[in-house]
Amino acid sequence: MSDIKEIISGICPEAEFVEGGESLQVNVPESKWHDFAKALHDDRRLDFDVLTAVVGMDWKESLGVMYYLTSTSRGWDILEVKVEAPDAKNPFIHTVSDIWKVALFQEREVYDFFGIKFINHPDMRRMFLRNDWVGYPLRKDYDADPAKNPIRLEDEINEDDTCSYVEDEKGKIKRVPGKVFEDDEYVVNFGPQHPSTHGVMRMRASVDGETIKKVDMVSGYIHRGMEKLSEGLTYPQILHFTDRMDYMSAHQNRHCLCLCIEKALGLEVPRRAQVIRVMMDELMRISSHLLAFGCTAMDLGATTAFFYGFREREQVLDIFEKTCGARMSMNYNVIGGVIADLHPDFQKDVKELIRIMPERLKEYHTLFTGNIIAQNRLKNVGILSKEDAINYAITGPSGRGSNWSNDTRKVRPYSIYSELKFDEVLESGCDSYARYMVRMREIEESCKILAQLVDNIPEGDIRAMNVPKVIKLPVGHWYQQVEASRGAFGVYIESDGTKNPYRVHFQSPCFNLIGVMDLCCQGYMIADLITIGAALDFVIPDIDR
Amino acid sequence: MEVKIKSMKHEDFKDNEYIDKLVEELNASGANVAVGNLNQLINWGISNSLWPLTFGTSCCAIEFMSLGAARYDMARFGFEVARNSPRQADYIMVQGTIVHRMAPAMRRLYDQLAEPKYVIACGGCAVSGGPFKNSYCVVPGVDKILPVDVYIPGCPPRPEAFFYGLMQLQRKIKVQKFFGGINRKEKREEFFAAHPEDRGKLS
Amino acid sequence: MFDFGKWTTAFNDLLLGVMPAWAATLIECVLIAVAILGAYTVLALFYILYERKLCAWFQCRLGPMRVGKWGLLQVFADMFKILIKEIISIKDTDKFLFRLAPFIVIISSVTMLACLPWGNGLQIINYNIGIFFILAVSSVGVLGILLAGWSSNNKYTLIGAMRSGAQMVSYEISLGLSIITIVVFAGTMNITELVMEQESAWFLFRGHIPAIIAFLIYIVAATAETNRGPFDLPEAEHELVAGYHTEYSGITFGFYYLAEYLNLFIVSGIASLMFLGGWMPFHVPGWDAFNNIMNYIPSIVWFVGKSFFISFIIIWFKWTFPRVRIDQLLSFEWKYLMPLSLANLILMAVFVALGWHF
Repeated sequence: MSDIKEIISGICPEAEFVEGGESLQVNVPESKWHDFAKALHDDRRLDFDVLTAVVGMDWKESLGVMYYLTSTSRGWDILEVKVEAPDAKNPFIHTVSDIWKVALFQEREVYDFFGIKFINHPDMRRMFLRNDWVGYPLRKDYDADPAKNPIRLEDEINEDDTCSYVEDEKGKIKRVPGKVFEDDEYVVNFGPQHPSTHGVMRMRASVDGETIKKVDMVSGYIHRGMEKLSEGLTYPQILHFTDRMDYMSAHQNRHCLCLCIEKALGLEVPRRAQVIRVMMDELMRISSHLLAFGCTAMDLGATTAFFYGFREREQVLDIFEKTCGARMSMNYNVIGGVIADLHPDFQKDVKELIRIMPERLKEYHTLFTGNIIAQNRLKNVGILSKEDAINYAITGPSGRGSNWSNDTRKVRPYSIYSELKFDEVLESGCDSYARYMVRMREIEESCKILAQLVDNIPEGDIRAMNVPKVIKLPVGHWYQQVEASRGAFGVYIESDGTKNPYRVHFQSPCFNLIGVMDLCCQGYMIADLITIGAALDFVIPDIDR
Repeated sequence: MEVKIKSMKHEDFKDNEYIDKLVEELNASGANVAVGNLNQLINWGISNSLWPLTFGTSCCAIEFMSLGAARYDMARFGFEVARNSPRQADYIMVQGTIVHRMAPAMRRLYDQLAEPKYVIACGGCAVSGGPFKNSYCVVPGVDKILPVDVYIPGCPPRPEAFFYGLMQLQRKIKVQKFFGGINRKEKREEFFAAHPEDRGKLS
Repeated sequence: MFDFGKWTTAFNDLLLGVMPAWAATLIECVLIAVAILGAYTVLALFYILYERKLCAWFQCRLGPMRVGKWGLLQVFADMFKILIKEIISIKDTDKFLFRLAPFIVIISSVTMLACLPWGNGLQIINYNIGIFFILAVSSVGVLGILLAGWSSNNKYTLIGAMRSGAQMVSYEISLGLSIITIVVFAGTMNITELVMEQESAWFLFRGHIPAIIAFLIYIVAATAETNRGPFDLPEAEHELVAGYHTEYSGITFGFYYLAEYLNLFIVSGIASLMFLGGWMPFHVPGWDAFNNIMNYIPSIVWFVGKSFFISFIIIWFKWTFPRVRIDQLLSFEWKYLMPLSLANLILMAVFVALGWHF
C-alpha cells in the first residue's frame, strides 16, 4: 500500500490520504480529479481498471462522490477516492465515464439522487425518477412533501431530450441540449410491460429493418427508494430490503449486508452459522441459475424447457421453505448469524438435490442446449470482449462468460469460501452462449460446494451471543462485497454513530449489466435483443432498488 | 342463489361479506328467466376462462411463474393462456410495487384491457405499498390508481394464495350481471353523463 | 369401403325430384355451408383443447381439468368469454382494413377446409385442379395478416406482419414444390384421383425416397406456413408481444386464434391427402385379408386420424424447439430447403421416367 501512496503523491501532490478505514482512502480536489482518474486507470504501476462502486454522498456541508476502485492485476486492492463538489449549491464534478464506461449509468444515478451534475457526461438525464420530478431525494434536505411530487397519471413528456454539461477552455460550464434519438429514427419501444424484459424494464431500440442501431435503457419503473428508506430505519430493519432487491439472490444480498454490519461491529459469527449461510447462498445460486435457464429458454421460444427448470427449482424452494419458512423473501440471515436452526430434513433434502442435479442438467442440455436452433441463436450473439467487460464492470456469470476472472468468492474470499474447493467457471466465448454455459456449469460447482458442506455442518450456536440489543455502528464507512447470483453485490454503509445509518448504498450487479445492453445489441436483430437480455439475466428490482 | 365454485364450497368460505351482499343485491333486483340464464352462462364462461395479462414487476411475478409451472399448474383452471397484449387479456394481476414512474403505464394498461376486465392486487406492495409505503416514489396501494377487485396479501403470496384469490375473483364474477352492469357500453354512457364535453371526441 | 357418395347422390336425386335444379343446388349449398362452418368450429375448439392438453403433457403438467370432465368444457368457456369480450376500436387505425383483415384470414381457411376430401364420397367439389386451388387459396391468408399488421398502426404489428409476409411467401415455394413432386408422381391434381391412386399403397411408400424427402420438406414448410413454432416469428410472443394481432380484441382476435388452429388441421389434412392416402385405408399390396380389415374402419376416421397425427407432430415441434431468427429462417428456406426441393423434384421426375417406384 505504501508504494501506491508514493506513486499517487507523485501524480497528484494535492491528494490527501486518510488511514484507519478498512482500505486506503484518497481525498482529491475536484479540479484535479479527472486527470488523477486518468492516471489511476492508465498508469501501469497503479492499473485501477475496475470502478467497483460510485456512491453519491451528502455530507450536509458538501456534496460529493465516493469512488471505489480496484485493480484486477494487483490482487483486487481497493482504493477509495473521495471527491467533493466545490459548490454545494450548484454541484459539479468532472465525469469519469470516458475512462470507466460503467460510470455512464452510475453517474446518472448520482445525478438523480443528489443533483450532482457531471461535466462532459454525454447523457445527463434522470435515471430512476420521472424527468419532471422536483428535488433530489437522497439529499438530506429533501422535501418529501407529497404535494410536490403527486402521483401523476400522465406520461412523461420530452422523453427524447437529454443534455450534457460541457466545459469550455475558460472553465465555464455550459448546458448543451441533445436528443437520445433523432427524429427520423424508427424507435421500437419494449416495456415496461413486455413479456421478456424480465420485469418492468423499458428498452427503446432504434431499428433499421430488424437490425438494431441503438438501445436506450430506461429504468426506474420499480425504483422504490430503498436507500433513502434505510436512512430512517435501524440496522436490523433494513435487512429485509435486501431480500426484495434481487429476489433471486436474496440470501447472498442479505449475507452481504450482515457481513458489512458485522465487520463494522467487529462481531465474530459462529462457525455453524457461517456454514449455513454459505450453503443457503449456494442453494440460492442454484435456484437463480435454474430460473435463468428457464427464462432464457422461454425467451427463445422453447417454453417446455422453462418447465423443466422450474421443476428442480421447486425442490430448492422446498428446502428453503422447511428451514426459513418461506419460499421467497426468506429473511433468514440476521446480524450475527441466522434466525432459525436448520430443519431436520435439511441434510437429506440437500443430498437428494445434489444427487439428481447432474442427470437433470444432462436433460436440460439434451432438451435445450444441444438444440441446433438454440445454439445458432446464442452463439456469436451479443459479443462482449474482456476489455469491455472490465471497463463496464460486468461481474458475475456474465463477466465470466467473457473470460474475466472476477468471482468474489475467489478474488476476495469472505466467510468460509477460502476453505472450500471449487472452480471458478470461465468461458472464453464472450457471447450469449458463453454466459449461458457459465450459469449451467456454476450449478455443478454449487453442488460441489454443497456436497463438501452437507456432512460437515458443525454443532454450535446459530447466532453470535454478543450481538448488542441496540445496534449502533461506530462512526465511519464500510464497503463489503459478496458474490451474488448475478455478480458482485456491494453494500456501502456510512454511520454517524447513531442507530440509523447515515447512508446506505447498494451496488447491485444488474445495474452494470444494463449498461452494456447498448454495446452488446448494436448490429444484431430485434430477436437478439431479447436473447442478449436473457443471457445477461438482469433482475429489474435489483437495478432500480 | 349461491355462488358455486368447484373446490370452494360456500359453507367453507362464507367469510366474504362483500360477495354475500352482491348476491343479495342480485336476488333483490331480479332478472327475467332468459336474461338470467344467459347471464349465468356468460358468467360461467368468463369465470372459467380468465386469461391473465403477462405483467410482473417484482417478486410476486416469480411466484406467478411458479403458479404456471408444473407443480401448481394454473392451466387446470384454464387460467394459463397468458396474453401479452392487454387487448386480449381478461384481468391484470398487479404483482409488485407500483412506483410513480410506473403509474401512468399501469393506468394505460388497465385502459387498454377489453371489457369485462378485472384487477387483482397481489402482494403487500400492490395492496398497500408494503414495506415501501413510506418511500418518496411508491404508490401506496394500486387501488389509488385502479379499481381493484381482489386483494391477495403476502410478501410474496404463496401460489396457493394466488389460487384462493383467483377463486375469489371467480366468485365475484359469478354474481355480476353482464346485462345491466358491467359492459363497457353502459360504463361509457355513465362516463359521458359525467363528462358531456367529451362526447364528440371519441368515435 | 362405404361410399358416402351413394347418400349424397340419393339426396341430390331426391331434391331434383321435387324442385328445379337451381333450387336443389341452392339448398345443397346452404346445407354444405352450415356443415362446413359447424365442422370448422368444432374442429377449432377441439384443436385448442388438443394442443393445450398435449402441451401440458410435454411439460409434465395436467392441463385443463376443472371445467367439465377432464377439462372438456374449457374451450366452451373460452368461446363464451371471447364472444362477449369488447371489440376495441382504436384511434388512428385504418378502420376498414382493420375490420376486414380477420375475415380474409378466416375466409381463406374456411375455403381450404371446404376443399379437403373428408371421406369416400364426402367431398364438396371434385375439381380437376383441386390441389392447385388449395395452394392458391392458402396464399390469400397472408394478405389478412399483412393487412392486420399494417392497419393496426402499431410498430409490433407492423414488424410482425412484415416478418409474416417474408416468411409465408418464402415457405410457400417449398410447400408448393413438395406438393408438385407428388403431383409429378401421381400425374393428376384432382383430389379424388389423388386419393384413388393411393389405393394400392400410400404415396409415401410408393414414391419411396423422393416422396419421403418431399414429405419432410412439406412438414417443415407447413409448420412455417401456419406460423407455428419454431417458425412463429410473426407473433413471436417474447419479442413482439402478440405480433400482427396485438391490437385485436374480442372475437376479432378469436378469428385469428381459431384460424391458427384450423390452418394446422388443414396443412395436416393436405399432408395426409398427398402423402398418407387421404381417407384411403392402410393397404399393403398382396395382403388382401389385412386390406379388407382395414376397409372396415370408416374412411372419415382414417382422414381425421391421419390429420390429427400429423398435427401432433407439428405441435410437438412447437413445444420442443426454440424459435429461429428471421435471417436464419429466410436463409434456411432460400439456401437449403428450396434447392433441396428443386433437386427432389428432378429426382422424382427421374424416378417416374425410369419407373423406379412401386
